[in-house]
Amino acid sequence: MERIPILKMGGFLLVTIQVDMHDRLAMQLQDDLTEMISRTGARGVLIDISSLELVDSFIGRVIANIASMSRILDAETVVVGMRPAVAITLVELGLSLAGVRTALNVDKGMRLLRTAVGCEPEEPADGRDEA
Amino acid sequence: MASNDDIKMLAGFVQRLRTELLRTWQVELIEQVGRRQLMSEAELRDQSGEFLRQFAQALGQAEGTGITGAEWAPLRELLAELSASRALQGFSPAETARFVLSFKRPLLEALRREITDARQLTEVIWTATELLDNLALHTTEVYQKSREEVIVRQQEEMLELSTPVVKLWDGILALPLIGTLDSNRTQVVMESLLQRIVDTNSEVAIIDITGVPTVDTLVAQHLMKTVAAARLMGVECIISGIRPQIAQTIVHLGVALGDIVTKATLADAFRLALSRIGTSIQNSRSHAR
Repeated sequence: MERIPILKMGGFLLVTIQVDMHDRLAMQLQDDLTEMISRTGARGVLIDISSLELVDSFIGRVIANIASMSRILDAETVVVGMRPAVAITLVELGLSLAGVRTALNVDKGMRLLRTAVGCEPEEPADGRDEA
Repeated sequence: MASNDDIKMLAGFVQRLRTELLRTWQVELIEQVGRRQLMSEAELRDQSGEFLRQFAQALGQAEGTGITGAEWAPLRELLAELSASRALQGFSPAETARFVLSFKRPLLEALRREITDARQLTEVIWTATELLDNLALHTTEVYQKSREEVIVRQQEEMLELSTPVVKLWDGILALPLIGTLDSNRTQVVMESLLQRIVDTNSEVAIIDITGVPTVDTLVAQHLMKTVAAARLMGVECIISGIRPQIAQTIVHLGVALGDIVTKATLADAFRLALSRIGTSIQNSRSHAR
């Protein structure tokens, strides 16, 4: 079954959505990501949607939900690389993803995550893995 | 309704008396179109000659007094060209229509001289009048249409001209809005801002509304949509240039700007934007002291 890969980078998790999101894939990602956060104890999640060209209200909601869930699991979430057309669509749909951090590209998103977490990302994750 | 006989008769007359009609008409035209500085006499002569030639030709094949048939197509085209060029030259619609209408007098006078039977004269005159009126209306219609095209083009140009996105600093964009914001413009503004954000890799955008005359709930909503869309792309927006009256209006209308940062002047917003990207400008003179 098709899955969206979740990469672990130090204390952060990196999700790059490079296919068209359909509903089941989005739900699968939600399951996988929450599972992965609790397993690795990641302090930050970066979701790159720069390849996402189509977004509907459901996918928009799932992205918002994933961000909220990650925060509850004590991981800061940054959504990066949203295209102008997607941003306009989401605003028109009334989904402004309040409370979700956003950044223009992966580079800026990473910097934002580091400052948000406030410490070296490697430490907590490594400590948790050894424990 | 004019019978085909009347048209045939009229066609015969016009064909026969063409040179005479043209001469009297041209005298009339040059007298009437008193704005010779807009148009040379030679040009008028050319146009009237061509009109009469096409008119006679179309009449020869015409059935009925409508001018929508294929036989009138060349004449319609000629008139369309003529009124479009006159619209550009600065003629009024009445002056444009008068070109065709001024042909009535020479034609009717000639007909009165030629036809002795009163009943027949009335019939033929009626046919001629109807035809010429239709042609004159056609010129007015085309005139209107070409004017409208000019207006539409200018509107489009204004839409593009009025939404510049300016790069103020590395990572800082400014969007000086001038004029009223409607849904159409907001869409263009939003799209060009977001595209420039991607192109320039910016982090902060300043929307300056000094040039926006009024802010009502709709404008405020448009602004907030733009800010929300920019935020989704990871860019912080600062709204600047809020005049005292506009601040009052916003509060009186009960518009909640939420957590959007607002500043009174573009300079204040720029200073804040610089600090957001971790830069500051120092006064070199006070620094040297």
